[in-house]
Amino acid sequence: MAVITPGDASARRQSPPLRLLAARKARPASAVGTSIVVVFLLVAVLGPALAPYSATEQVFSEARQAPTFSHLFGTDRLGRDVFSRVVIGARDILSLAGLGTALAVFIGLVSGLLSSYIGGWFEELLFRFYDSLLAMPALLLALLLLGTLGPSRNSVLFVITIAYIPIVARVVRSVVLDTKTKDFVAAARMQGESLPYILFREILPSVLPALAVEAALRFSYAIFLVASLGFLGVGVQPPNPDWGLMVSEARTYVSLTPWALYFPAAAISLLIIGINLMADGLKRVLQLES
Amino acid sequence: MTTAALKISDLNVSYQQEGRWFDALRGVSLQIAPGQTYGLVGESGSGKSTLALSVIRFLSENGRVRSGKIELAGRDVMSLTDAELREFWRKCVKLVPQNPLPSLNPSLRIGRQLREAIYPPLNAAGANLKVLELLESVGMADPKRIARAYPHQLSGGMQQRVVIAMALASEPDLLILDEPTTNLDVTTEATILDLIRDLIKDRNTAVLYVSHSLGVVAQICDRVAVLYGGELVEDADVLKLYRKPLHPYTQGLLDSVPRIGQDKTKLQLRPIPGQIPGAELPSGCIFAPRCPLAIEICRSERPKLELPWAGRRVRCHRWQEIADNQADPRQPLKFVTASEVPNAEVETVLKLSEVKKRFAVQRSLSQVLRQEAAKQVRAVDGIDLSIGRGKTLGLVGESGSGKSTLARCIVGLVPRSEGDISLLDIPLARTLSARDKTVLRSLQMVLQSPDEALNPYLRVDQTLRRPLQRLAGLKRQELDQAVVNLLKAVKLSPSYAERLPGQLSGGEKQRVSIARAFASQPDLLLFDESVSALDVSVQAAIVNLLSELQQEHQSSYLFISHDLSVVSYLADEIAVMYLGVITEIGKTQDVLKPPYHPYTEALLSAIPLIDPEAAQEHIRLVGEVPSPVNLPTGCRFHTRCPRFLGKICGTTEPPWQEDESGKRINCHIPLSELKTLQKQAFNFDHEEV
Repeated sequence: MAVITPGDASARRQSPPLRLLAARKARPASAVGTSIVVVFLLVAVLGPALAPYSATEQVFSEARQAPTFSHLFGTDRLGRDVFSRVVIGARDILSLAGLGTALAVFIGLVSGLLSSYIGGWFEELLFRFYDSLLAMPALLLALLLLGTLGPSRNSVLFVITIAYIPIVARVVRSVVLDTKTKDFVAAARMQGESLPYILFREILPSVLPALAVEAALRFSYAIFLVASLGFLGVGVQPPNPDWGLMVSEARTYVSLTPWALYFPAAAISLLIIGINLMADGLKRVLQLES
Repeated sequence: MTTAALKISDLNVSYQQEGRWFDALRGVSLQIAPGQTYGLVGESGSGKSTLALSVIRFLSENGRVRSGKIELAGRDVMSLTDAELREFWRKCVKLVPQNPLPSLNPSLRIGRQLREAIYPPLNAAGANLKVLELLESVGMADPKRIARAYPHQLSGGMQQRVVIAMALASEPDLLILDEPTTNLDVTTEATILDLIRDLIKDRNTAVLYVSHSLGVVAQICDRVAVLYGGELVEDADVLKLYRKPLHPYTQGLLDSVPRIGQDKTKLQLRPIPGQIPGAELPSGCIFAPRCPLAIEICRSERPKLELPWAGRRVRCHRWQEIADNQADPRQPLKFVTASEVPNAEVETVLKLSEVKKRFAVQRSLSQVLRQEAAKQVRAVDGIDLSIGRGKTLGLVGESGSGKSTLARCIVGLVPRSEGDISLLDIPLARTLSARDKTVLRSLQMVLQSPDEALNPYLRVDQTLRRPLQRLAGLKRQELDQAVVNLLKAVKLSPSYAERLPGQLSGGEKQRVSIARAFASQPDLLLFDESVSALDVSVQAAIVNLLSELQQEHQSSYLFISHDLSVVSYLADEIAVMYLGVITEIGKTQDVLKPPYHPYTEALLSAIPLIDPEAAQEHIRLVGEVPSPVNLPTGCRFHTRCPRFLGKICGTTEPPWQEDESGKRINCHIPLSELKTLQKQAFNFDHEEV
């Protein structure tokens, strides 16, 4: 049953940024999420400029201090300023998780688009391989790979990419399988369009909304994974101010310096919650009103 | 009319969207007597489904009945409590929807679901008997088997019968049928309509029949209300309404549908220009912007619903003039100034010989292990035909006849298995990738669904530029002008170039699709059910457009449709397909005259004619279309043929017989005998002006 509402045509004519704004108004939660993410990104960019102390400087005379105005988040047992370490650590974790997610999204997108459109044994083979990767929990897979590669920034990057390619590819595949049977793809084929044109001009736009949401979610999981690996001691190595590593180091002394554990842990949680809320808003904005 | 079963007075319904309220129904009143079948017609957006759902208080979340009164069997429907409402749904009112499958629980057997619907409840043995009785009453040959079956094991027509049986299991006061035959083949539609007619004849149930099809309504209803833009514009006895419509909109609807035998070379169809009103209503009569009779008062003052005489209502300022024949409510008529293409010496554009398409059925693991050969679906099984320059071949047949597969083989979307196809004497490769650009350029197809044919993320101009650039070989600076020209050719304003498909109506989308196909100026265009999804008034405009474009460009068409009236209007020749083969082929006027192939005869007699008084042959096909995996031997149609001869039909393939007009029929029965057996399906003496 169709109800004619010319009003929504004008809404759709708005440019995407305008719609984002309108959607933010409607959904305060996603606005909060986006703001959190923006603040963290700013912190990561400005990093050292914001931090009052260096991340590794140890002042033993000021060790184990509770939060004060000179040390906002207090100091750890080695006398390092926790606020500075959290601030400087933001850049590390965001860049590592961001780059890993970007690589996974790119490879997952291209392989998912191509194989699902072509179909046949190529798709079958690739996705059975992806399934076998998915069969293992991401953390287990990561430990396995890091055990072989040895802990380093690049290994962590590699692990994130490998762990998330199959998930992204699956999301892409589900949309492509639906879209490729649509008549507009048949029309493009009858115009003799090339494979890349059909994949990237005709099909990709339909994939993007789902992909953007998935990318945001993957980003939040990647942050969690980096922190987890740091916590387990197989990721970023000391004395780098990695949030997971900080939680792990402070864990033993939680009764003496609880702030050294709580603040990095809170940073991890806050960022992940922020990204998830943002992803939720993103989904609403990107969905093309039908 | 003493006591009405259903009485609706001054009903106003609105929907909320994005914080705003839109009126879907304004001041609608009507009454249905017990035993009466009341038709509700109108195009999409007219509010007919909203009315049906309001009556049973089943509007979607964002819908509200603003004011008005609904009484069913003396009870005020609006004041029912939730518990009363459930009871009311259970016994007083039943709805048969357009699509039966979602109404059936896929994991329960039919018998179990029917038992639930029985009211008043019976004990187990009684209920089982009643189930069989109900299934038998809806024409199921083997009710025991059906009762044990699951919904997916039944065909669409059978599912619809089951839903109708469920609706009648409680002897409701009101039965609402919401486009119950729209998704079915014309032959199945005819049998379902017969069934509905029989079932309601000897019951005292009031029936509200919602449909966009004037033909179906003419065949089944006693009384008809016409809705337009949420208002009731005309309401009359079915015979009187079709004989003399008093509202210009009713007249427009009736004129939009091509009558069988109407010919594109003489007269154009008469579409209703413009579109249904949106949220901002015109200040006067809401139909005034589209009305050929609109005068000053129509634009300034809203007409009241008047009662010209007993049993008739109309909402028009000028009904008196229309009734007295002083004003003509019909849209202006256009004659076609066609220069008839001389039939001899027409260049052949498309030629098919022995084209076949087989699909392998996927084997199960045990079949693979036992090394059984894969079964094959013979979707297209040896088609020969040709189309001349500037000519239209219509291809008709039920779903499953292989007509769409054939079209996809021709354009190369699906590679054919065997046979030759040539376009302008150039043999065509099987796959699209093996065909070069000149071939792609001269062969295009307009696809079925307007919603899927355009990429929702590309603007209209982006969609149109590609074929202009790639196939027509235009330079970048010529593109803008070419896009404008194309839009003008399909009668859209150039401002449409910047819109996204989501901002277009169904008819506008289909125009863009047509423009895209015409961009490369093809010699042959295929249309696969390209107008079937459109409202009749829009469909008429598109059909006119197609025949104008054909005149202008001398392109040839292969026009596939299940709608014989549209095909017969557009086509010079008609081919009838059944289970992958052609059963009859000839010039349109000859195919519509006896002797027919028995299958053609059945198709023609199944058409719901837009004339409640039409005396139509009553031939119904029994059973279902056989599976193309196990094709019947001999004549493929023999399992359902109403003129089955005997053993020979099941053993020997029938010969081709040709009559004096050149029409060919694939049947064992001699033409002379067919001619004496069959009557003319329609009288062609339509008014020509």
